[in-house]
Amino acid sequence: MRLIRTLFVAATGTLAAVGLASAAGEYRTPEDYRFSFEGPFSSFDRGAVQRGFYVFNQVCAACHSLDHLAIRHLGQPGGPFYDPDYPNPNDNPVVRAIAAEYIVEDGPDEFGDMFERPGRPADRFPAPYANEAQGRAANNGAYPPDLSIITRARHYGAPYVRSLMMGYGEEPPEGLTVGAGLYYNPYFPGGLIAMPPQFQDGLLTYNDGTEATVEQMATDVTEFLAWASDPHMEQRKRLGLMVMAYLVILCGLLFFTYRQVWSKVAH
Amino acid sequence: MSGPSTYEPKTGFTKWLDARLPVVRLGWDSFVDFPTPRNLNYWYTFGGILTVCLMIQIITGIVLAMHYVPHIDHAFASVQRIDRDVNYGWLVRSIHAVGASMFFLAVYMHIFRGLYYGSYKAPRELLWILGVVIYLLMMAAAFLGYVLPWGQMSYWGAMVITNLLGAFPIVGGPITEWLWGGFSVGNATLNRFFSLHYLIPFLIAGVVGLHVWALHVPGNNNPTGIEVKSNRDTLPFHPYYTSKDGFAIVLFMVIFAFFVFYWPDALGHSDNFIPADPLVTPALIVPEWYLLPFYAILRAVPDKLGGVLLMFGAIGILFVLPWLDTSKVRSMRYRPLARWFFGFFVLACLGLGWAGAELPDTPVPGLGAIGVDFLLMGRVLTVYYFAYFLVILPILGFVEKPSERPASIEESVLGSSSKSAPAAVPAE
Repeated sequence: MRLIRTLFVAATGTLAAVGLASAAGEYRTPEDYRFSFEGPFSSFDRGAVQRGFYVFNQVCAACHSLDHLAIRHLGQPGGPFYDPDYPNPNDNPVVRAIAAEYIVEDGPDEFGDMFERPGRPADRFPAPYANEAQGRAANNGAYPPDLSIITRARHYGAPYVRSLMMGYGEEPPEGLTVGAGLYYNPYFPGGLIAMPPQFQDGLLTYNDGTEATVEQMATDVTEFLAWASDPHMEQRKRLGLMVMAYLVILCGLLFFTYRQVWSKVAH
Repeated sequence: MSGPSTYEPKTGFTKWLDARLPVVRLGWDSFVDFPTPRNLNYWYTFGGILTVCLMIQIITGIVLAMHYVPHIDHAFASVQRIDRDVNYGWLVRSIHAVGASMFFLAVYMHIFRGLYYGSYKAPRELLWILGVVIYLLMMAAAFLGYVLPWGQMSYWGAMVITNLLGAFPIVGGPITEWLWGGFSVGNATLNRFFSLHYLIPFLIAGVVGLHVWALHVPGNNNPTGIEVKSNRDTLPFHPYYTSKDGFAIVLFMVIFAFFVFYWPDALGHSDNFIPADPLVTPALIVPEWYLLPFYAILRAVPDKLGGVLLMFGAIGILFVLPWLDTSKVRSMRYRPLARWFFGFFVLACLGLGWAGAELPDTPVPGLGAIGVDFLLMGRVLTVYYFAYFLVILPILGFVEKPSERPASIEESVLGSSSKSAPAAVPAE
């Protein structure tokens, strides 16, 4: 187990050194953090993913879309609100309640008009902006990226997202001019990001009593986004264990078969 | 080596079939009775592994094509839908994506094995050339397939590679536009790339058929490089090599499954999870790892056309390799000098891959102090790559003194004591 992790880290380090590291301006390597979903037998911390969804909904969703996710995904196996009593997530009351809080445009109706209705689990998460131009207009020309696959779309993945969310407040290095509408964040390539700092201690009140520090919120929302990026991770690792065990045993049997077959001939 | 067939149909049906379409006889002669040198080592198992790789890619690819939408507005989202909503779509896509890397890993082992044991030499020149054709087709399929998810690296990779053709004078521009189906990489490009990506694996399967045919006429080469001289040198393919290949294939599958289940993104690039955006160029455009050495060769030349020619030349030179190597000795096991140059050649290929992954003006770790950047490293290794084929192998054949070789495969296996053994040992 330790060995696997060591090999993992070593191999990741080698890959990074071999040159997948981005060259788009200097940036600081994200702070190492041991997430619950690292390692071959790990799973998501459901409490953290639920809190992270709350943070996403209250803070991030104002500007960031979650295009590739439907609300029902929250209630599928491995999702934050999965309930074994409701194998079909469309029946899951928690998911239905979350969906009902969104206003969704539907239609056209029989008169050809579009209309609005409360969301259903089968709906996609509504996007904050109608299109990219609107998003840019509302954000000083910068477009807030979609967050559906964000931890897989950044080189350092989840640690990058977490560090970025906690990375505000430092004095910019000499020679770096922070223009209007930009903020200094050493983890962002180039150091200048259009997203203002989002978190401050006590910004939200978690209903499970967890104290909402900046670090806590950054960690939770990263856990949620990691789930959103790779929603079948738990199933993948569970199945992987069985497949690996099967293959290793088969491999051993075939090795002895091979030895037996060849035992009488010189080669 | 393909002697008279030993197949004897036993049942009424197989006798009837054998008189009309001797397909069972073909299978028997090719994969059961086929006489195979008894000294093949594990490096010779990659042929079987590659067959399995091709089948995995075709089967998973056909399933993915049922769910994939080849349109620039929908391709990226359809891939996400495969990952999220299609039943076991995440698994099929992961196998297909990791499978491409595994395919190349195996083919490089296979090619290096052929280079080391001289498997390209007479009478196996055509076998080797067909192999190079398969390798070329694989690279085309891999490049086209990488474009389909329509992420940033897909788009910009397609942009860089198709633009290379524009380097050719006069015809370059029109050919590039013809390939694009427009004036830039766009929807027409994606559509035809999808179509061709679906076509090429079946072309590969066809050439693999020829490759196996061309293998079964002269028979396998072997680590000694000495031709089979008697039936004591060989063993029937089944059960000896079916059991050995079977073990090797499943061992390979263990590595394959490790990446599929535990590290699916390791061999890809995170930028490809960002939808293609023609207005935002990634900081570093790199191909998949298996094409990096050629990327380094391309960038080693300051002139675009020169780089393109050299890159194609790097593969083209493999076609004439059988006539460049002048040594009469096949296996480098008995070539004391050649094996060193071969070792450096392998290192040069790995080094070129490294250079291809880095920005050219980045200093090489450890050598930066003396002013070696990746451009210089790529250039030096490119020179060695070509020198290996154009200078070293042709000259070595004349100046190298090969070490002593066994008289036969049998002798190499049993030691020289078998020389004195009575010749009338019954064959097994």
